[in-house]
Amino acid sequence: MAAVQETVDRVRAIEVDAYKYGFVSDIDSEKPPKGLDEDIVRYISARKAEPQWLLDWRLDAYRRWLTMTPPRWARVKFPEIDYQDLYYYAAPKSTKAAPKSLDEIDPELLRTYAKLGIPLVEQEILAGVERPRVAVDAVFDSVSVATTFKAELAKAGVIFCSFSEAVREHGELVKRYLGSVVPSTDNFYATLNSAVFSDGSFVYVPPGVRCPMELSTYFRINEKNTGQFERTLIIADKGAYVSYLEGCTAPKRDENQLHAAVVELIAHEDAEIKYSTVQNWYPGDSEGKGGVYNFVTKRGDCRGARSKISWTQVETGSAITWKYPSCILRGDSSRGEFYSIAISNGRQQVDSGTKMIHLGKNTTSRIISKGIAAGRSQNTYRGQVSAHAKATGARNFTNCDSLLIGDQCGAHTVPYIEAKNSSAVFEHEATTSKISDDQLFYCLQRGLSGEEATALIVNGFVRDVLQQLPMEFAVEAQKLIAISLEGSVG
Amino acid sequence: MTAQRAPASNAAELVLAEQFRALPREVASPARAAAFRRFEEAGLPNRRVEAWHYTDLRAALAAPAATLGAPDAAAIAEARKRLAVLERLAATRLVLLDGYFIAALSDPPPAGVALAPTPPLAPPASDPVLALNVALAQGGLAATFATQTAAKAIEIVHLVSAEGAGAIYSRVALTLEANAQASVVERFVGAGAATQRQVSTWFDLAPGAQATHVALIEDAPALHVESQVVRLAERAAFDGFGLVAGGALARRQIFATLEGVRGRVGFSGLGLVDGLRQADTTLEVVHAAPHGQSREFFRHIVADEGTGVFQGKVIVKPGAQKTDGGMKSQAILLSPHATMDAKPELEIFADDVVCGHGATVGALDAQQLFYLRSRGLPEAEAEAMLLEAFAAEAIGRVADPALAEALLSATRVWLAARGQGRRM
Repeated sequence: MAAVQETVDRVRAIEVDAYKYGFVSDIDSEKPPKGLDEDIVRYISARKAEPQWLLDWRLDAYRRWLTMTPPRWARVKFPEIDYQDLYYYAAPKSTKAAPKSLDEIDPELLRTYAKLGIPLVEQEILAGVERPRVAVDAVFDSVSVATTFKAELAKAGVIFCSFSEAVREHGELVKRYLGSVVPSTDNFYATLNSAVFSDGSFVYVPPGVRCPMELSTYFRINEKNTGQFERTLIIADKGAYVSYLEGCTAPKRDENQLHAAVVELIAHEDAEIKYSTVQNWYPGDSEGKGGVYNFVTKRGDCRGARSKISWTQVETGSAITWKYPSCILRGDSSRGEFYSIAISNGRQQVDSGTKMIHLGKNTTSRIISKGIAAGRSQNTYRGQVSAHAKATGARNFTNCDSLLIGDQCGAHTVPYIEAKNSSAVFEHEATTSKISDDQLFYCLQRGLSGEEATALIVNGFVRDVLQQLPMEFAVEAQKLIAISLEGSVG
Repeated sequence: MTAQRAPASNAAELVLAEQFRALPREVASPARAAAFRRFEEAGLPNRRVEAWHYTDLRAALAAPAATLGAPDAAAIAEARKRLAVLERLAATRLVLLDGYFIAALSDPPPAGVALAPTPPLAPPASDPVLALNVALAQGGLAATFATQTAAKAIEIVHLVSAEGAGAIYSRVALTLEANAQASVVERFVGAGAATQRQVSTWFDLAPGAQATHVALIEDAPALHVESQVVRLAERAAFDGFGLVAGGALARRQIFATLEGVRGRVGFSGLGLVDGLRQADTTLEVVHAAPHGQSREFFRHIVADEGTGVFQGKVIVKPGAQKTDGGMKSQAILLSPHATMDAKPELEIFADDVVCGHGATVGALDAQQLFYLRSRGLPEAEAEAMLLEAFAAEAIGRVADPALAEALLSATRVWLAARGQGRRM
């Protein structure tokens, strides 16, 4: 009962549209002028001292982007974005010369991360013996500011660094894998990202290595009117294993901030990648003013036989979420998993789901999606499961459940099930309901208040997914869920 | 979800526009013109139109055939011979030949049913293909079922005259007054590979009315597009079933709206797909009032290089509390090249509802096959037995036992033909 009480306390403690991470850090930053043209692309590339091939790749993407139109099929509504009214690059000034150690980082930045509860300072973590160790790469606006535990990871042969650093020091690897899962022509937002991406994380786990700790990235948009375009590339070589977490926050702003990231995962033979997201971008206030537009392309490629990619996401933030972490099951007997909790409140709009593309033989996939809609929000699950003609023995199980709290919200399910192979076995089930009166009555009768009962039932509803999260994140996610639903209970 | 419209009309759309302009002066009306404008705005749907995601009508109807006119005396005489050997599925038979109601071939309506040869013009539809049907259909039938009457079953035979080369547009409008009961079978017979058929059936159910409907596609046109529009007032109930056993491209689209409280709909169907055929069932059930109930249950058996499509969308409007919705789509794929696409959707704007859907796709269970073969059944027979059982469960939704038996024997015919094809 302790956890439930905690959840309820948190709900009580918070005002209607309170957003814990809504502070702005006053940090000097360097920004080129607003707007986007080839010069900005060149500027970003030059600022990062990138090789010619990468600049060419960016310019190519930019020229392609000019010919594209934003996708309109998702169930989200927002005013046209003026792409010339955004800053495409913002770097905290004090990190102009790349920081050699944590000491060189602006103390204000470190305080920001402390506020966020990110264990950036290694000693602190090492001192807390009980605490599981997590290596963190922190991305502030567009630039990766610090990566912890690098030395220890290097000992195991694991490369975990900012994207810019990877371009400098592991150029060959980046060149080989960049855009191989999400090509620069993939979709409007991914192409934009390919042109202007600023930074992000890079992970390479060599053959046979089990990454000794959880890797984690924290993203924060701080500057006004900036887009954040980070790019993450994770490669697990033969037989490797890595678990990666990302967390996101942004300050409260009246304007909408744009976040268009690309994440590419590559799993070779027998490799496994576990990718967990706790997304808590600023969702806007209860009237729908402000908030982050989260237009993200995430895709994993199970390239080798018996590889496995697992996506777990807890989505509570963002004014609009447009995101479909997917798996291309190319290797024989490879496996894809997608576990999702998407919670929307206020006037949030969520259109999220996954794609499982079965190409190899005996590939399996599993989708568990839990959507909770409250307030005046719209929450859509959109998913695709397809089996190619050669994908004999493909197997999928999908379960997507929606819970509605309040009569002003909407919950929608749009699954696409496409089997082109007779030996494919696909199962799909979905339900939508409100919290049942019987369950509520049972809890109330046992002496719980309405709020406590709702929190208890919601936590039970999402348990399948929470269990997939690394332990320390599961606790955080549970709290986030309670915060997201406040104001809707009772 | 709105597809962008190509600026210029394609050749097929120009042909259809020509056909619309060529309609006789006496049938032209503002309502038809509005319907055709709606069609022109949207154009022939392609796969970018969400409701047509798996069926590209723009490609399938690249060359619209000339519309078949009202049949002449010779055609009617010839049809009479063919109807004589067509086994009846209901006591009363009404006949549409090439889309036109022919009283001379039809029985008098049962007590409590009033017929009219030309249906009243339908309201403008949102679906472009339904709009096209409204704009171009000249023939059809309207029947009104009197209040408080339980009418005897009716079969409507959609017959195509011997040649059958051409386009057919027709509309059937069935109106049930308060507490009326109707049972209607629509059969599609006689079409050949040069027939392009676009029909619509409109059900309007007053409070407390009850209707059952069975559509049976037995022939093999190049194109069969069947739109069904069902409107239910309070306490009305509708049960519909469709068997698609033929047609190079068969598309059944159902639009049902539960406008009054405590309405109930049940839709079910069976798609038997072989060769290069495609059978698409797309339905949209709108719960616009509280306490509604909807059930959908569709099964497909897909062989050879066939494609089965099921798209079901249940929409619960704001305020339609206590809605109870359940949808299920199941398919068996018999060949490595068979395809099944399913898209069961929920769109829910009310919180106090229970809605669910399930979809499965798979092959025949190898263990079940093995069991039957170990009992000495040849493989083809064992397979047919299992498939018949799978089909029978869908057909089981049809309450009338004689009708269910007729559907089952049509299924057996298809299964046997398939078995023979395979042995060759």
